Amino acid sequence: MLVFLGIASIIGTILKQNEPYESYIIKFGQFWFEYFQNIGLYDIYHNIWFLTILLFLVLSTTLCISKNSPSILRDFFDFKDSLEEKSLLSFSHHLVLENKSDVNLTKVLNYLKQSKFRVREKPKDNGDLLIVAKKGNYQPLGYIFTHIGVVVICLGGLMDGNLIFKTQELLGYKKIETLDIPASKVPEESRLSINNPSFRANMTLAEGSSGNVAFVRVKDGYLVQDLPFKITLKDFRINHYSTGMPKSFESDLIISDPELPNEVKKTISVNRPLTYKGIAIYQSDFQDGGTTLNAKLRSLFQSSPPQKIQGKIFEKVKLDNDQLTFEFNDFKKFNVLKLKEGEKEKSTNVGPSVTYKVRNNSGQAREFITYQYPIQIDGRLFFVSGVRETPQQDFRYLKIPADSNSSLDEFLLFKDALQNKSLVEDVARKIADQSATINKNKDLKGPFEDSVNKLMTLFSAGGFSKLAENIDNNIPAIEKEKAVQAYLKIIDIASSELYKKQVNLLNKELDQSQILFIQDALNAYSDMFFYGTPYYFDLTSYEQIEASGLQLTKAPGQFWVYLGSLSLILGIFAMIYLHERKLWLLIKSKGRVILAYSSNRKNVDFDRDFEKLTKEMQEII
Amino acid sequence: MLNQLRRSPKGTIQALNILFLLFLSGGAFYALKAFHTFMDVYEMIILVGSVGFFSWLGWSWHHIKKIMILAFVFSLLAIGLYKGVLTNNQEIFFLKYFIASQSAIMWMNVLFILSLFLYWLGLLTKSGLIDNFASSFTSSAVVFGFIGLLVRWYESYLLGLDIGHIPISNLYEVFILFCLITSLIYLFYEEKFNTKKLGAFVLIIINAAVGFILWYTFDRNADGIEPLVPALQSYWMKIHVPANFLGYGAFAFAAMISVAYLFSTNKILSSYLPKLDVLDDLIYKSIAFGFIFFTIATVLGAIWAAEAWGGYWSWDPKETWALIVWLNYAAWLHYRIVKGLRGTILAWWALIGLVVTTFAFLGVNMFLSGLHSYGQL
Ligand code: HEM
Repeated sequence: MLVFLGIASIIGTILKQNEPYESYIIKFGQFWFEYFQNIGLYDIYHNIWFLTILLFLVLSTTLCISKNSPSILRDFFDFKDSLEEKSLLSFSHHLVLENKSDVNLTKVLNYLKQSKFRVREKPKDNGDLLIVAKKGNYQPLGYIFTHIGVVVICLGGLMDGNLIFKTQELLGYKKIETLDIPASKVPEESRLSINNPSFRANMTLAEGSSGNVAFVRVKDGYLVQDLPFKITLKDFRINHYSTGMPKSFESDLIISDPELPNEVKKTISVNRPLTYKGIAIYQSDFQDGGTTLNAKLRSLFQSSPPQKIQGKIFEKVKLDNDQLTFEFNDFKKFNVLKLKEGEKEKSTNVGPSVTYKVRNNSGQAREFITYQYPIQIDGRLFFVSGVRETPQQDFRYLKIPADSNSSLDEFLLFKDALQNKSLVEDVARKIADQSATINKNKDLKGPFEDSVNKLMTLFSAGGFSKLAENIDNNIPAIEKEKAVQAYLKIIDIASSELYKKQVNLLNKELDQSQILFIQDALNAYSDMFFYGTPYYFDLTSYEQIEASGLQLTKAPGQFWVYLGSLSLILGIFAMIYLHERKLWLLIKSKGRVILAYSSNRKNVDFDRDFEKLTKEMQEII
Repeated sequence: MLNQLRRSPKGTIQALNILFLLFLSGGAFYALKAFHTFMDVYEMIILVGSVGFFSWLGWSWHHIKKIMILAFVFSLLAIGLYKGVLTNNQEIFFLKYFIASQSAIMWMNVLFILSLFLYWLGLLTKSGLIDNFASSFTSSAVVFGFIGLLVRWYESYLLGLDIGHIPISNLYEVFILFCLITSLIYLFYEEKFNTKKLGAFVLIIINAAVGFILWYTFDRNADGIEPLVPALQSYWMKIHVPANFLGYGAFAFAAMISVAYLFSTNKILSSYLPKLDVLDDLIYKSIAFGFIFFTIATVLGAIWAAEAWGGYWSWDPKETWALIVWLNYAAWLHYRIVKGLRGTILAWWALIGLVVTTFAFLGVNMFLSGLHSYGQL
């Protein structure tokens, strides 16, 4: 009993302590997660807490097994047929029947066999007969299976827990590399040998390229894992569902091994890895592999012709005359967006996008994302480009209305007109004329023309916010509302005129879609001033090169973990669903019958069993 | 009805068992013949295995056989009525109002809510008749739930051949699964221990899930069928998820029985409820049952992770919490078995266990992100 109490308290401490540790690990994991978000994996096999817990668990469970197993095994093999009357009477569940001289032995034995007991008869020297019966005696073995399973799993886990590197690091042989240098330049002390028994490493291959090293990410740095073979990525594919969601990621790999005459060709995908030489190769993620881009830079503040540039993802392009550098970071061929939040709107693929930074002379940069094709928003098409100052921010979007040819041209023409002084003057004069004719008041014509002119110049120089600023500064609060209305009206009319002029629609009525276009264009024009770069990046063509993110794992402990799990499951099954029962029936020559019943678990089921057994036995005997 | 069937001659039940086996094998055979080009070896093994599993289940528990037969027959009927056109769920009366998946699931919700009321009414009035009604309502809810899931499975294929998948892939779907499994576990013990008084408690947790389903449907509009992300496209899903929910269901059941236990020890309703040692035994049995399946699910999860993510254990929050849940119940079992602890403390612990389990199930999705991001709230 004492031993059991002791055992229980040990278990209690282990398990209770485990949980805070586990939650600690979770927090740790979250912290790591920030770093490793892009690979989506972080493992804490390297975590010292984890190793300590494992060792503690292994030790205490081993101790527990070694304490309990001998008696369990002895019990398993021993029929205990030497018990005497006195000890049987001391059982908590026993029954004494008197005056039974003619016990029908065959009936009793049959009954026991029918109840699935294994039976042994042992005549005693004094003429008594002891019948011993057992069933469910694999149940106590379940204890051994379960707990050995736990130990084996933990040991398997330890095998894959990078212990070798850990010790080498502690002893100062190995060190984590933190510099961003080519793999071939990484010194020996940050390399893991080909014979490293277990690792979990990543490599990224662009289409058409090959590699024979992988990187193990550790804390804030990495280690280089040399591989016994070379992997070439022939092609990487993303297949899509009709809804535009990704359906599969696949890589066509070629493995060249100096020890093999032929290359191994294999396509891997998520859930379908390839194992070669004990190293499992997984499809883990993907990124751009250096897509080439052809684009036109459309000037937003000058009426200069588009400027052609050619770029490549991960490379930079410097515009000498503006002292601006474009740094291309990512290209995505498919972008599946849910355009209406929360509604039952299907997500749609809006086509390619480029992510890039524009850095100015003093080194400051903003990040942009620009979609190649116009996107439908509220039933109208817009060219969309997002900008943000830091990666923590959300993108703010500039939405430029597309014209009927789905191009930027009309907006740019309109913008040119807004910025064209003489055109604005013409329009101001025209509006003033018209208003004078309608109002039959020539005196106001001059001042009106002036104010239209001034308004449009203000707008052209800074959009709505400039106007708002002007109103705030010059107009008393009570009249603001009215002034805003009037200003907007004038801008509407003037813009319509400018628009008509630019697209040769003079003296024609604008239809609803054109009116909306002008509204959108005015908004876009206003937003331009917060866009942060004088160019709109208009992607014309690209040649996509993708890169596949592979994960390489060597886990010799995996086998043991699985084996341990099997043992664990079988053991738990045995412990919970087998019921160990032992029965002794001492038939004394003097007509006394003693029945004793025991189990290693005395619970409700056992009591019920005993009741049933005694009832039925009494009938038979 | 149950008693009647139990009294019916053994021969009839045997015949029914064999018919059931034939029915299942027929279905599987047809599926193999018609769709083998779409299945890989493992899926075929799972199909054949599930014939074995369901017929074993049906043979050993008569009641579930009836539930399964009804669910299969109505699902087949629904498939027949659909005639391969998804929009028929708006056109055909019987589909629209009864057995299109969304409608069937609504019926399930309604029946569960009614069952809860009836069980409480039965408990408080000590009326066996009302209890029987409540029990039948629960069974019918389960039938509707299964129809809902099976038909949803079919509907997903109508959306697109490559979209089709077993409906246990997002929170909406697994909540339905949770309701079904928890009620089945309850119905099993209800019959075995011949006590209908505990439904009043178990149906509370089921109704909590129903509430979630309703909120998810009406507030979030999250009841649509979405295609599977690549990581979930694996036959492992078909075993890992149900095994997990057998665990969750059993733990939830144990926790609700613990509530009954705690009520009873505090002399609340104690004259209405089964004896304490019966409750205690029930708690142990269901936790043990849940523990086995939770262990299996975790191991299967590890094997799947090794295949999909490149490592059998990644300390992904979901994994870690599964471990915590597991350790928690392992400790619970030890205290009971080794130390012989009984009673109130274990009941409270089982209840707290449910909180831990719920966090592993929902909280992780809400508060922590990781590889298991299939069901974000
Ligand atoms: C993570 C580690 C462990 C796990 C998962 C585990 C699991 C189990 C399970 C599932 C049972 C069966 C409970 C039942 O029958 O319902 C059990 C029983 C038992 N465990 Fe553990 N165990 C662990 C560690 C330990 C340790 C460290 C000890 C000893 C110090 C221990 C001693 C026992 C004993 C004595 C029994 C009762 C056996 C019997 O009477 O049948 N266990 N364990």
